[in-house]
Amino acid sequence: MLDQPWLVVLVKSVIVLFVVVTTFAYSMLFERKIMGWMQLRPGPNRVGPWGLLQPAADAAKMLFKEDLTPETADPLIYRLAPFISLVCAMGAFAVIPFSESSAGLWGVANVNAGILVIFALTSIGVYGISLAGWSSGSKYPLLGAVRSTAQMISYELAMTLSVIGVLILAGTTSLAGIVHAQYKLWFIAPQIVGFIIYIITAVAETNRAPFDLVEAETELVGGFHTEYSGLRFGLFFIAEYLNMITVSCIATLLFLGGWNAPFGLTFIPGIVWFVLKVGLFIFMYIWLRTTLPRLRYDRLMNFGWKVLLPVATLNLMVTAAIVALMG
Amino acid sequence: MGFFGGVTALAKGFATTFQFAFRKKPTVQYPTVKKQHAPRFHGLHELRRYADGKERCIGCELCAIACPANAITVIGAENAPDDRRSPGERYAARYEIDELRCIFCGLCEEACPTDAIVLTPRFEMADYRRGSFIYSKDRLLVPPEAGVGTAPDERPGGIPADLGAVIEQKGTVDIAAGYGATHRGEILKTERRGLAG
Repeated sequence: MLDQPWLVVLVKSVIVLFVVVTTFAYSMLFERKIMGWMQLRPGPNRVGPWGLLQPAADAAKMLFKEDLTPETADPLIYRLAPFISLVCAMGAFAVIPFSESSAGLWGVANVNAGILVIFALTSIGVYGISLAGWSSGSKYPLLGAVRSTAQMISYELAMTLSVIGVLILAGTTSLAGIVHAQYKLWFIAPQIVGFIIYIITAVAETNRAPFDLVEAETELVGGFHTEYSGLRFGLFFIAEYLNMITVSCIATLLFLGGWNAPFGLTFIPGIVWFVLKVGLFIFMYIWLRTTLPRLRYDRLMNFGWKVLLPVATLNLMVTAAIVALMG
Repeated sequence: MGFFGGVTALAKGFATTFQFAFRKKPTVQYPTVKKQHAPRFHGLHELRRYADGKERCIGCELCAIACPANAITVIGAENAPDDRRSPGERYAARYEIDELRCIFCGLCEEACPTDAIVLTPRFEMADYRRGSFIYSKDRLLVPPEAGVGTAPDERPGGIPADLGAVIEQKGTVDIAAGYGATHRGEILKTERRGLAG
């Protein structure tokens, strides 16, 4: 079944997991630093030089905090929910190709329907949030969970439609194949509308500001994770960031040409380009968060159903028509 | 506001936050860097001495009466002829200020006929127990080796021109000679005992 020895897969998985978790830790620090600067603060700078050890301090704090389960909670689901979120968020990285060399793809597995696997996994990840809110046995998490379910359904439609445009152009659902199809022209150019829709829906999918109504600390205390503490809260936190990195990776692969170098700068390895592009998206996320206030819930829904969905559908139809006419 | 108006507004917002990221940060890295405060800043109290080492306080209790927060307790006593603590007839046998009750208004300073009780610019008084905030004479009185203490009027006058500017300095703040230390040497922590006992 596997096209490579299981030991190779294991080693690759461990490496990818390590890299991804480190990326999570430092993208969190990066976010706090950038946000601090944009808010005229220096950001974390006490732990280690420039606060570089802050993630370690945060991790230690999370580990040693008390793990609470409310009396009204459904204990099994309550304890399981963070793992659903985290496993789905981590699982997505199994099929993401990070770069390519003469030896083959840099990634755990090269699945010929990679994009579908990722969408399937991230969709299951929503269950983590919904179940967490539902099983907490408390009103604010429940409201957060209801919001998350509605928000995910509304925005996932537009997101998938915006991606189908790329799939039509590439003619494949393999992520590596999509990147190969962008060797000459990145899909951001013919699919600029799809790109913009993807970016907006991706922010909503990952529950990040200004679409973070699922957490909405000003209204819902902590949203779905109000009752969570300690490591279980930490798992949700990791899952949120991993999802952010995942959607950034997908945006890079689908629209920005993956590891393809721009302007013929091929002497710089592909992995560097990939990391730079993903970093650009993560910076954009942070920039969004510091700039825009949270949307009101009805406006979020209106925007999703009445603007994004029709525009995405139109974009898909036009793309399909042009591809059909051009041959 | 149409579509393009909205996009322009968004672009303006993003430009604003981006520019702010490169602005100078007004943050003062407090424990390592400290800010100059006004010379008449109302901080921790101090009981002053005369040049010959005698205590200025004559135990008149006017500060305790003036105190709007009832934070000061003074119990005066007659000076023993062979061991005179103050130049007057009486001295403060006990002098305690509850710094948790104190509102740092400075009325004790105003009320004092001998300029004995003054407020210094020291403000770092954090401690772990409530009892530690009751300062008695052993912590309020200027130690003989530290001079006589500075009257508020003798501190550098006016607000310093650089007030608000950051003074790069490791360690403790240095307002003027005699007010150098936030902690001066070993400080005896005393628990509050009943005044009668």
